[in-house]
Amino acid sequence: MKNLPKYFKGYRAVAFSAPFFKILEAVFELLVPFVVAAVIDNGIPAGNRRYILGMCGVLVLLAVVGLASTLAAQFFAAKGAVGFCTNLRYALFEHIQKLGFSELDGVGASALITRLTSDLNTVQSGLNMMLRLMMRSPIIVFGAMIMAFTIDFRSALIFAGAIPLLSVVVVGITLWCIPLYAKVQQRLEKVLLAAKENLVGARVIRAFCKEEQETERFAAENGELCREQKRVGRISAAMNPLTLVLINLAIILLIYQGALRVESGVLTQGMVIALYNYMSQILVELIKLANLILSVPKSVACASRMSAVLAIEPSMKNGTETDVPEAEYSVELEGASLRYSGAAEDSVSDISFKLKQGETLGIIGPTGCGKSSLVGLLPRFYDASSGSVKIFGRDVRDWDTASLRGLFGFVMQKNRLFSGTVRENMRFGAPEASDEDIIEALKAAQAWDFVSEKEGGLDYVIEQGAANLSGGQAQRLCIARALVRKPKILVLDDSSSALDYATDSRLRAALSSLEYKSAVITVSQRVSTVMHCRRILVLEDGRCAGLGTHSELLKSCDEYREIYESQIKVEEGGTSA
Amino acid sequence: MKTKDTLLKVASVLGKSRLLMFCSIALAAASVLMSLYVPILFGRAIDCIAEDGISFELIFGFLLKAGLITLATAAVQWVMGIINNRITFDTVREVRRQAFEKIELLPLKYIDSHAYGDLLSRVIADVDQFADGLLMGFTQFFTGIMTIFTTLGFMLAISPRVALVAALLTPLSLFVARFVASNTHSLFKKQSEMRGEQTALIDEMIGGEKVVAAYGYSDRALDRFGKLNRELESVTRRAIFISSLVNPTTRFVNALVYAAVCLVGAGTVIGGGMTVGGLSAILAYATQYAKPFNEISGVVAELQNAIVCAQRIFELIGEEPEQSDAMLPELGDIRGNVEIKDIKFSYSPEKPLINGLSLSVKEGQRVAIVGPTGCGKTTLINLLMRFYDVSGGEITVDGSNIAEVTRHSLRRGYGMVLQDTWLRSGTIRDNIIIGKPDASEEEIIAAAKATHAHSFIKRLPLGYDTPVGEDGGSLSAGQKQLLCITRVMLSAPPMLILDEATSSIDTKTELRVQRAFEKLMKGKTSFIVAHRLSTIMSADVILVMHGGNVVEQGTHSELMKKGGFYAELYNSQFAK
Repeated sequence: MKNLPKYFKGYRAVAFSAPFFKILEAVFELLVPFVVAAVIDNGIPAGNRRYILGMCGVLVLLAVVGLASTLAAQFFAAKGAVGFCTNLRYALFEHIQKLGFSELDGVGASALITRLTSDLNTVQSGLNMMLRLMMRSPIIVFGAMIMAFTIDFRSALIFAGAIPLLSVVVVGITLWCIPLYAKVQQRLEKVLLAAKENLVGARVIRAFCKEEQETERFAAENGELCREQKRVGRISAAMNPLTLVLINLAIILLIYQGALRVESGVLTQGMVIALYNYMSQILVELIKLANLILSVPKSVACASRMSAVLAIEPSMKNGTETDVPEAEYSVELEGASLRYSGAAEDSVSDISFKLKQGETLGIIGPTGCGKSSLVGLLPRFYDASSGSVKIFGRDVRDWDTASLRGLFGFVMQKNRLFSGTVRENMRFGAPEASDEDIIEALKAAQAWDFVSEKEGGLDYVIEQGAANLSGGQAQRLCIARALVRKPKILVLDDSSSALDYATDSRLRAALSSLEYKSAVITVSQRVSTVMHCRRILVLEDGRCAGLGTHSELLKSCDEYREIYESQIKVEEGGTSA
Repeated sequence: MKTKDTLLKVASVLGKSRLLMFCSIALAAASVLMSLYVPILFGRAIDCIAEDGISFELIFGFLLKAGLITLATAAVQWVMGIINNRITFDTVREVRRQAFEKIELLPLKYIDSHAYGDLLSRVIADVDQFADGLLMGFTQFFTGIMTIFTTLGFMLAISPRVALVAALLTPLSLFVARFVASNTHSLFKKQSEMRGEQTALIDEMIGGEKVVAAYGYSDRALDRFGKLNRELESVTRRAIFISSLVNPTTRFVNALVYAAVCLVGAGTVIGGGMTVGGLSAILAYATQYAKPFNEISGVVAELQNAIVCAQRIFELIGEEPEQSDAMLPELGDIRGNVEIKDIKFSYSPEKPLINGLSLSVKEGQRVAIVGPTGCGKTTLINLLMRFYDVSGGEITVDGSNIAEVTRHSLRRGYGMVLQDTWLRSGTIRDNIIIGKPDASEEEIIAAAKATHAHSFIKRLPLGYDTPVGEDGGSLSAGQKQLLCITRVMLSAPPMLILDEATSSIDTKTELRVQRAFEKLMKGKTSFIVAHRLSTIMSADVILVMHGGNVVEQGTHSELMKKGGFYAELYNSQFAK
């Protein structure tokens, strides 16, 4: 959490002003019983109406000054809390942009989104409340005690005794409840999980006729939750009654003690009333505090989660070279391996290949064999754990990452489009692209047909998550988005899986006749998608099981032949199967 | 659903705890009366403290009474708290159970057409909000009204003049609060709009961070984010500041009332209309009297919110369930003759999907359904399993119309492996025995061996008792698929539905599973949705689907001869 205070930058004075004005407000409020005591002791016995009027004027004045300082406090608290969180949110977003793929994998996108949205909002309201109210309660409580001491030392001892007891009750019950609330939260998550499972798995549950058992299971989880809630409820319900008892007992002592002191002539009746009023003020404050105090651990937990994200150091160091050197090979891998952090085994091990401009390479292998990991090494999404990766003859570590990635058109397996027009999406990686460039790319990606039919054409608005496009349409737009960049290296990572065979083959034909020269790497599980590549790399468990042309591999590579046979050969054997 | 209907539903749910509600109200009334009586006793005790002679006996009596009443009040408050908790949490449990039960009974059409997030938030968040808001709002409302009238009564008893001052001036704070609140409403609306906009951007950019990084969009994303962030800051700051004015301004009005009561009260004391102790009590009441006015305005908003939540929940609970089939006969001893007779179906009336499909499948035959992704192959599965009902024609199994037998008896006849594997949280064993809860250890292991799942299961830390996390957690896609196949293998139903079942297992395992499937399918009627041509080739009938329609059906050679869509599909894949 040490890395958080710096985001108060620009709001430090403001953040300190809020509690200051709050203290001022509390002081004015504490003066009220004093004034009332003066009315009772001096005004009433003397029948001095003018004095009473004056003192009531003082009360109004205190109210006005109190209001002014509260307004100042609220203003500064809002400014400080919101400012801090605005800074923090920006810093967090900026920080995430700097993280490498391995760090992103580690935290997970949905966790990051939660940090930036609901966690931050929780911290904001918690901080705002803390700046405003947390300062007030202790000051009223201890201020009331100090005022009591100025009235009468012996009576004030009752305050000195009551306040620690009250603190024990409030803090004790809170501390007792926090772990119980955590348990309730866990139970709630289980209920949530059970409900979610039943929605996602509705078909399977019905197929196995499990509706009744699932309802019973849910009822059991739900009952557990209810029990935990009642348990914590029983304890927290005791807080206010206990406080009430303590305060009223203290008041009883005060009045009794006050009577003795008045008898011995030390105190006046008005002073006893003032002491009584101070004790009542404490009660009101403590009840407010008790309601607030529970939200503090929640905000702190959120803040520390954000702090943890900010503490993640990007593991990659950016190189400096930005120009594209003359080189024989566009892509050169030499014994490259990749082991993800925390993994026990390499995902890619000892892969070597070279690729020139205009050449095509197919990569094939079963799910989980490391195909995506392998191509992720090229634009330096991940650093090779051993071996070397060179792009245009230069090690990727020496490249400025942005310039390096600028050479690529990379269509990812889990791709996504963004909300906005087709044109905006096409310019995502090429801000300067003209409409002609875009249409050309759309045509090559077999997407122009459907885009031109959509209302508005290039101005057709894609909804968030591309909800208004079919899977195949979205995939073609992702390919077009890569082509708009006129990339020197085009990587298609399993990016035609949602296309039917006919479209897929037209796409392949279009890619091979692009007017600019690209090195093209196609990753797929389908033999038909890669069999026409100049060379094919067969991956099995992260290792190279074969590298060559289709016919070479059929002769020399068992793994390739196996895949080929399972997908194609049977039909070539005719209808006998 | 209309507000009135919702309120009726709410009343019927609360009716179950009406005894407790009655207790709660009675206790609240007692608590208010007692806690307000204590200041009077304190005031009388203070009255006994006068410089000209103090009666300790009287003081002692008043204080003892105050002490006892305090203890009683505390006890009543605590019991009331527990009762309120009980009403709230029991209601939550009951409503949540009803909602969940309804989810299990609703037609899949409903679940498919609603976002999971929306349904989940109804079952979880809305239920909480409803119960908290309604019940707490109710008690606060009641206690508030009680407090106002009791305080007013006590004040009137002490001094009608002073009471009048307090009673007339205090509602001012209510107007002030109203005034401030009406100004914040539009700011909060603006804030939540801005927040929504920013959240959408965060969702897209952070969710798609890898694409953003790959296409060098980071700087532009940061610019867009920064701009929204600054705008949000200024709106939020104003919203928070203005809304935080409610408390201080009402407090200010209260302070003014306090001063006025003090002025009039002191004057009355001088005139002999009231004692000093009475003044002190009335001053204590002046603050208490004002409080409920502020709270009630908050309670009204909370109640409105609770009603909205209740509406959403009861809408779900009141949704029409699937027609009960308890009266229908069971489909017994399934042999697996499936007859599809001229069926019609569409998800929405304006988009007809299946129009007059007929197909006859004899016991033990294999039907392959092929076509590009998204062509509606899963629709057919939905109809076969009666996840959806046909709108015309009929489907029969062994001569019985499936609409005229119980769904459970029909579905027990099928073994289904879907494309999206679904595992529930629980152990590996829990997941395997889902279709046959009484399976013996030997049967489980035999099934797992048949699907080649045994070898990876036994290598897991706790073997068959290894817990599976949410949605499969740490298992690979292939392993999840194997588990799903194993559970069908174990329950051994007479008919099978396989939806691209083996598409994500690595080649070697796939070949083995293929053989296991051959074993499983022997003698069983099977419907297979597959991309793999080898599976398709071995089918007795191929259904070719395109654009949601069955365009061709026949065997491989028939379809090739026909030279239609199937032939084009086939040739495009193998065009040299």
